[in-house]
Amino acid sequence: MKPMLKLCSAALLFALAGPALAVLNVFATVPEWGALADELGGDKVKVYVATNALQDPHHVEAKPSLIARARNADLVVATGAELEIGWLPLVTQQAGNPKIVPGKPGYFEAAGFVTMLEKPTRLDRADGDVHPGGNPHIQTDPRNVLRVAGPLTARLVELDPGNAAFYQERGKAFAERFGTAIAAWEKRAAVLKGAPIVVQHKAFTYLIAWLGMNEVAALEPKPGVEPTTAWLSEVLALLQRQPAKMVIRAAYQSDRASLWIAERAKINAVALPFTVGGNAEAKDLYSLYDDTIARLLKGAT
Amino acid sequence: MSRPFLVRSALALALFIAADAHAATDADLAEIRDQIRQLKESYEARIQALEQRLKYAEANPAEAVQNATSAAPDAKPAVESAPVATAAPGVPPASPAGISAFNPAISAVLQGIYANYSQNRDHYAIAGFAPSGDILPAKRGFSIAESELNLSANVDDKFYGNLIFSLSPDNTVEVEEAYGLYTAAPYGIAPKFGRFLSSIGYLNDQHQHAWDFYDAPLVYQALLGGQYQNNGLQVKWLAPTDEFLEFGAEIGSGDSFPGNSRNKNGTGSGIVYVHAGGDVDVSNSWRAGLSYLQTGATDRGYSQLDTAGNDAQVAFTGRSKLAIADFVWKWAPNGNAQERNFKLQGEYFWRREAGDLTFDADGGLGLMQTARYRSNQSGFYLQGVYQFLPAWRVGLRYDWLNSGSVDYGSNSAYLTHDAFNSQRTAVMFDWTPSEFSRVRVQYQQAKLRADVTDNEIFVQYILTLGAHGAHKF
Repeated sequence: MKPMLKLCSAALLFALAGPALAVLNVFATVPEWGALADELGGDKVKVYVATNALQDPHHVEAKPSLIARARNADLVVATGAELEIGWLPLVTQQAGNPKIVPGKPGYFEAAGFVTMLEKPTRLDRADGDVHPGGNPHIQTDPRNVLRVAGPLTARLVELDPGNAAFYQERGKAFAERFGTAIAAWEKRAAVLKGAPIVVQHKAFTYLIAWLGMNEVAALEPKPGVEPTTAWLSEVLALLQRQPAKMVIRAAYQSDRASLWIAERAKINAVALPFTVGGNAEAKDLYSLYDDTIARLLKGAT
Repeated sequence: MSRPFLVRSALALALFIAADAHAATDADLAEIRDQIRQLKESYEARIQALEQRLKYAEANPAEAVQNATSAAPDAKPAVESAPVATAAPGVPPASPAGISAFNPAISAVLQGIYANYSQNRDHYAIAGFAPSGDILPAKRGFSIAESELNLSANVDDKFYGNLIFSLSPDNTVEVEEAYGLYTAAPYGIAPKFGRFLSSIGYLNDQHQHAWDFYDAPLVYQALLGGQYQNNGLQVKWLAPTDEFLEFGAEIGSGDSFPGNSRNKNGTGSGIVYVHAGGDVDVSNSWRAGLSYLQTGATDRGYSQLDTAGNDAQVAFTGRSKLAIADFVWKWAPNGNAQERNFKLQGEYFWRREAGDLTFDADGGLGLMQTARYRSNQSGFYLQGVYQFLPAWRVGLRYDWLNSGSVDYGSNSAYLTHDAFNSQRTAVMFDWTPSEFSRVRVQYQQAKLRADVTDNEIFVQYILTLGAHGAHKF
């Protein structure tokens, strides 16, 4: 009992005596918001990314390491729209950090700043993994990243007003450079307009809307439900009537279903990075979309 | 400027304003009314137009986005449609209006079981261990297991509340947890109060439907009476380090086994624990802990066969101390548990009890004697669960109890210690089509008494309705 008390009090002293860090601790739930916080915050922020691109963002565990990092966070940057509902509330609660609970300036939800697509008209779990707020995979359209950049800059300014000019300057520079990049991507991807494609999971709704592609079918019978052979056969029959160019999947997904359909329907199977770190090429927000479009163009030929 | 002057001017101003207001004629009022009506009509028309546009956009989301793009077909369409400084403000999520808007999150768990035993469950006992609370396995054949109803919400900006009650198959209702959480505490401190499952050990604060096997490990049954429920106060403190390091302490009534409800002021139990955890690499994570519980019992009674072969009543009064070492290790390739993952977990329990034991041969009519009692017992379990395909898992668990030493003092003339070390081996196989449903088959071979082997088969379902829950690591 006694040594335990000593350890407790030593740790407590350490906590109270620890100097306030000069940088803002940012806890990003997914890599794309970590990358964006890095772009906007530069060396004034220390970014921790809770998940990696090879993890299914719907199924993340409230690991001790996440709780420890949330404890010291000044700002949580989440997607929202219930993408993180299975783990973030638990992590926030166990971290005992009142700064980062929803409603506080230390909690930022990207989905609040973009137009959400696929908002379900009825809520029923019989329809699979439905998100009442709409499809949460907003980062597949770079214009959404740009839409989030402004409010996120404003939030950084609010939390760290001493560096307001720094964040605003970087926010402006990012908007200009990223905006130019978007225009270039749109030009490069113009040939993809109307291209019929198949998706494994409905993870690319925003990408498809952005580039004007045509989603013919999904390999998951319902969102989040594993493809069955019976359903894949139905998709195959559909593809024989209505051919598609390629089947796309996110880096974190198993290639089984994609390869199965690609082989039988004689179409390309394309693995997209989905977010920063999804493959060796997608190192930051710029290379993410560079690589995504390069792979789509290759898949469409 | 003197004060009387200020007062006079203010008075004059007030009079002037009053006079002016009084001067407003009926014609003026009519004009104002007309202006307001016009304003109202114009806003109504605008709102209607906006509503129609919104409806259209909702019905044709993809088109709306395309329109937004094609509306600015020049070189930098995106920049102009989303200027960074004044990005479109978030549309607040539609929420139900009226008095139900603040309803708490509600979820329910439905469970059912089919159980098959080769031994008669009425004779269920663990050799060498005093019976401990409600640990009888499910009845033979079909039954529903505990159903659970869970209500939770933020109370206000300072408190969070959670009520979980369980409905037993025998139509009784039990408050499983009813606690408040103070959410505004700084420095990583999280105070919890009310009735809650103690955070002692690893499995204790997880609800039965979240376990990887149908039943609790033998150490929990024999030494902790199933699960340790606390009525009291818990304070956890998370160290501000990058590695997970958590300290916790609890005080409570001590009503739960191995303690019992005593008529006394103050606290009946004290608990301290420390948990540490972290990631080894992107695929491997762990958590380990040490816990210590001290509680006491007054006349904790049960019946035991005496040396003459009669059912005697015995009652323990004294102190009970329990220490637990626990660990869990999880593996998932690249941290993606969706396809394949593995979980290894184990806990070691030590319990010492010291006090007096009252031996009552036949209900107070005949011999009754109180003597010194000491026991020193332990046990562990180790289990591994492997998900080999999405939704499909297999698991193996091994339980072992050390009935240890029991000293009856001068009661040893009537009572002997059954020094048999129980063992149990279980295999399970389950199917989890979504986060909300699970169907499980479990087979186990239990040797809980010398020369008695029980083969047990369970088929179980767990269905979760309503609000999305989150599972602890």
